[in-house]
Amino acid sequence: MTVFLATGTGFAQMLAHPFMRNAFVAGTAIAAASGLVGYFVVLRSQVFSGDALSHAAFTGALGALALGVDLRLGLFVVTIAVAAGMGLLGPRGRADDVVIGMVFMWVLGLGVLFQTLFTTSASGTGNGSASVNVLFGSILGLSGGQAVVAAIVGVIACAAVLGAGRPLLFASVDEAVAAARGVPVRLLGVGFLVLVGVTAAEATQAVGALLLVGLVAAPAASAQRLTDRPWRGLLLAAALSVFAVWAGLTIAYLHGSVPASFAIMAVATAEYLGALGWSLIP
Amino acid sequence: MLLTDVNGRLTWNLIDDVRNALAFHFMVNAFRAGTIVAIVAAGIGWFMVLRRETFAGHTLSVVGFPGAAGAIWLGLSAVWGYFAFCIAAALVIAAIPTRRARGYHDESAAIGTLQAFALACGFLFASLYGGFANGFNALLFGTFLGVTDTQVVTLLVVGAAALVVVSVVARPLLFASVDPDVARARGVPVRLLSVTFLVVLGVAVAEASQITGSLLVFALLVAPAATAQTVTARPVLGLGVSIAVGLAITWLGLGIGYFYPTLPIGFLITTVAFSGYIAFVLARQLVELLR
Repeated sequence: MTVFLATGTGFAQMLAHPFMRNAFVAGTAIAAASGLVGYFVVLRSQVFSGDALSHAAFTGALGALALGVDLRLGLFVVTIAVAAGMGLLGPRGRADDVVIGMVFMWVLGLGVLFQTLFTTSASGTGNGSASVNVLFGSILGLSGGQAVVAAIVGVIACAAVLGAGRPLLFASVDEAVAAARGVPVRLLGVGFLVLVGVTAAEATQAVGALLLVGLVAAPAASAQRLTDRPWRGLLLAAALSVFAVWAGLTIAYLHGSVPASFAIMAVATAEYLGALGWSLIP
Repeated sequence: MLLTDVNGRLTWNLIDDVRNALAFHFMVNAFRAGTIVAIVAAGIGWFMVLRRETFAGHTLSVVGFPGAAGAIWLGLSAVWGYFAFCIAAALVIAAIPTRRARGYHDESAAIGTLQAFALACGFLFASLYGGFANGFNALLFGTFLGVTDTQVVTLLVVGAAALVVVSVVARPLLFASVDPDVARARGVPVRLLSVTFLVVLGVAVAEASQITGSLLVFALLVAPAATAQTVTARPVLGLGVSIAVGLAITWLGLGIGYFYPTLPIGFLITTVAFSGYIAFVLARQLVELLR
């Protein structure tokens, strides 16, 4: 990849490269959205749902490739559809463990089929690495236009979480009381899963379908270890997530052989381990 | 050898067709390996679903990928990587404090973080190794049709060992899974059982994912058990149904794969499993409606 040839030219010139600027623009918005959404995902114990949606993202992307349409179209359509489906099928807008497992097992199987169809139809055109990009992300390969779209969607997702923050928090902490006070719990549950789907589709472009669950879970879980206050925790989750992406991108830039998605995930994991250690100190 | 080279045709004579398929040694090995993996995964998966450790099982199965990629990068056999990483991950998950500890509810977040980090490591190892693009697919989505005789023997030995351990602890494990508090009060070593089970799950997953790939072993773990749960809540009967469903899924998937070689085995097995599950759920609802 030509991207890596340009790396290692020093920290100062990092932002002079357009591909790094694109990665930072898209990465920041994606990370902020993942952190904010992740806070509620962890609070509502829905990490497994997030995991299932990330696999749906893989299938969506490869389905789009197999059909020859824009990859992002497949990503958003499939993740949002699966999210809405899981929300509507489950009791009170939450899906059961086994149901989630069954759905994402089959979604993954479909993804394998699309992958085969795509590689058979596109063999010889040099697109064989596309599924690797979908699985593990290609944040350094985003174009300027893609980065702007990713940033806009990320900002909208952030605004949606913050806008619905109060009732969502109420419904997440004490569902029964929230329902009794007239909060539309079920609608919030389904709407929230759809938002997770949008975030998953977004994050797939940055860290890949297989790794995005880490970007959603790790900063949020760290934040919840560090503070009990919801708003502070929410902002801390977003900040930790953005920091993981910035640090990861910098590491990947300085060491060309380290993939960006690995570096991002390593920083996020280190954050969680640090927060875990901090919270265990009596 | 690729299935497309064999060019199996479906005729109306089913027995002839099966005899035809089994004339190929790689098909025989695929059926042998598939049968062993299906029985072990369905049996252990039944306990996994009962214990609500589906997410942990998924994480364990995924962890085999960095194990194998790391072993290949270091020049070792992938088998060692699978077992080392899966058992280590089982111990890590066992060490994560459960939900009740100190009021935190980030158990699943911790498992998710572990899973993503493990996959990221796999990606790193594969990138460092280089020239690995096709290996990704084999590791993630399996090589059902490339099973060797040695692998079948290894599968048999490890699978039998895992099943023996589970059947020895089956009674207390069942008790501890259904009602941990009462079991603890009656002197059942709940914590030890939970660690043992996770390690056995890790071993089973490590061996199965060498055949099915890291992402699809989960199908054989969860689908038979989920289907069995719609039929019966009785333990012994449920285990039996689970294993039967597992075998049916694997054999059907492999059989269809032989006659339709362009379709990937992973897709066929998950599709058969999913449609079977849906059929059982619908049948159950129909029975309840008529009752």
